[in-house]
Amino acid sequence: MPSEDAAPQLDVDQILADPGVRIVVCCGAGGVGKTTTAAALALRAAERHGRRTVVLTIDPARRLAQSLGLSELDNTPRQVKGIDVEGSGGELHAMMLDMKRTFDDVVLQHTDPAKAAEIFANPFYQAMSSTFAGTQEYMAMEKLGQLHARGEWDLIVVDTPPSRSALDFLDAPARLSRFLDGRMLRLLLAPARSGGRSMFSFVTASFGMFSKVVQKVIGAQLLTDLSGFVAALDSMFGGFRQRAEQTYRILQARETAFLLVAAPEPDAVREAAYFAGRLRSERMPLAGLVLNRVHQPAAPALGADDSLAAAERLERAGGHAGTAEVLRAHAALAQQAEREQRVAARFSAEFPGVPTVSVPAQPADVHDVDGLRTIGAAISDR
Amino acid sequence: MRAGKQPADPAGTGWPARLHVVTGKGGTGKTSVAAALAVALAADGRRTLLVEVEGRQGIAQLFGVDPLPYEERHLTDAPGGGEVRALAVDAEEALLEYLDMFYKLGAAGRALRRFGAIDFATTIAPGLRDVLLTGKVKEATTRTAGQRRAYDAVVLDAPPTGRIGRFLNVTAETARLAKVGPIKSQSEGVSALLRSPMTAVHVVTLLEEMPVQETVDSIAELTSLGFPVGRVIVNGARPALPAGRAVTTAELRQGLLAAGLPADRATVRGLHQEAADQVVRRELEETLRAELVELGRPLTELPLLPDGVDRAGLARLAEALVRAD
Repeated sequence: MPSEDAAPQLDVDQILADPGVRIVVCCGAGGVGKTTTAAALALRAAERHGRRTVVLTIDPARRLAQSLGLSELDNTPRQVKGIDVEGSGGELHAMMLDMKRTFDDVVLQHTDPAKAAEIFANPFYQAMSSTFAGTQEYMAMEKLGQLHARGEWDLIVVDTPPSRSALDFLDAPARLSRFLDGRMLRLLLAPARSGGRSMFSFVTASFGMFSKVVQKVIGAQLLTDLSGFVAALDSMFGGFRQRAEQTYRILQARETAFLLVAAPEPDAVREAAYFAGRLRSERMPLAGLVLNRVHQPAAPALGADDSLAAAERLERAGGHAGTAEVLRAHAALAQQAEREQRVAARFSAEFPGVPTVSVPAQPADVHDVDGLRTIGAAISDR
Repeated sequence: MRAGKQPADPAGTGWPARLHVVTGKGGTGKTSVAAALAVALAADGRRTLLVEVEGRQGIAQLFGVDPLPYEERHLTDAPGGGEVRALAVDAEEALLEYLDMFYKLGAAGRALRRFGAIDFATTIAPGLRDVLLTGKVKEATTRTAGQRRAYDAVVLDAPPTGRIGRFLNVTAETARLAKVGPIKSQSEGVSALLRSPMTAVHVVTLLEEMPVQETVDSIAELTSLGFPVGRVIVNGARPALPAGRAVTTAELRQGLLAAGLPADRATVRGLHQEAADQVVRRELEETLRAELVELGRPLTELPLLPDGVDRAGLARLAEALVRAD
């Protein structure tokens, strides 16, 4: 297929072995095997390339987490035992992101204990730290920044949150910054800064209507809580933004490699193409596309139509029922493979320069180290 | 079940609720299933509303139409003269509409937006955001036009299983923030509807391990939160494996020759490998199917659509949904 030839082959081993690459970010739509891919790459980096690797997972399936020795969400990298690193000297550590704890740590780092206690007790903080749209994305980036700053690892592999759209992941830091810089926030802060009792005591008549509405809709109690929250956070704004910007710059650096993960389905490929466009416009280093769960017939010489026609002939003639069934299944598989190629070709037509690797669909789901090793080998297959 | 608790099912569709919340793990095809359900329930002159709340424009993409505005629009006809309308709920617009409805804001509402207040309100309090989204869904579900309801059924393409509990559990989220006031009463109204027999939360899954696990987990969560769980819908299902003996390479060779196909070693071995993989896959599917049956919920299986979900595919899914048991 000419379109397939157009996409250069992605050499994952080259990325994993490159000492200049310190961060691999796996991103893509939900349900495409992102977490499994991240874990498989990290395992391979440790076992094959001898790198001291840490994999940051966001919300791994229970059995996959168990296979990595992650029995609880404790926000600390733990070494994965029982892997084959004797020859390579690598190490694999794994952790699950605890969003709230990461947020708490950020607060503690940027303010004194008394203020931190005040912030933790505020109902707005409680809501925001566990449910703020984008908190998970932001905290994943924050954690990445922390791991990177510690300098303990040769390679950090990051799984990204199952965002409603790939955008959230890149936008979270910017959104948080915008939010913290927002006009509204400044307005809310003004009285707190000037020591005013009422939030809107300072406002002009034209703003009066607005404050009345806000009071009416969200209630005075809420407004008080909000005011307290905003005032308490004020001291941390600079730090917040600075960190978000720092992480953003790390993501743009040469030491980072973004891998798009997709399955050969229209939605997932569309999302991947969208993300590829975003990465390009943000000048972030896109290393390639990992196309998971690709179906490939083991008897490629036999076409779908011939196979179906033959199955029908056999069924009409009687006998050879087993073969007819196998031929029908083969035809379905061959058709599926063709469809998947067409879907994948849409991506390579739009982004012809992006190296791609296809990972064959596994007959059963992966949830142990052996399975991850198999996937890792498949991703690296040339 | 007590008489009178269960809403009537006058159309005999087998889907008695009025508000159908469709969730599922990402990638299971919940948008397609929600759309097919909206089509199915609109058949024979009825009218349904298909709603999305995540700003993904999944409905527009599925139907190949322009992005949906925050406005109920004709989406498609249903067999027998029915109509499906669609709506993409936007939290900001919903807040403005809500303010307008209760406070007659007019231009002041626009001013709120200029100040960034709307963005602020929906960003800082995600619970508030969800109250607004579900509030709009409630309004559409209970709205009447003249003597009859505006919609026979409302189908919500809801957030995925990972977020569904929090999304629906609006009172808990807002109770932390709003102790009194209109937001509180709004969230209580929404909560009452979502916990009534008028609502059914359906979970879409594939016969794959992680989606099935999430289905099991989310049904436990929804049940403990008091939301009425409806059906488990298996998307892309293949019929159960016929009990048969695996075919040998010798038999395959003979079969291929009888069919006049090349029977070289590579082809025979390739086909044999495919058949073996198929058996592994099918056995896993059977195990997962049994796990789903174990849940004790009505199970609906939708066929795998080899050509993807186009209009014809949606019609097939719609048919399969109402034909179910």
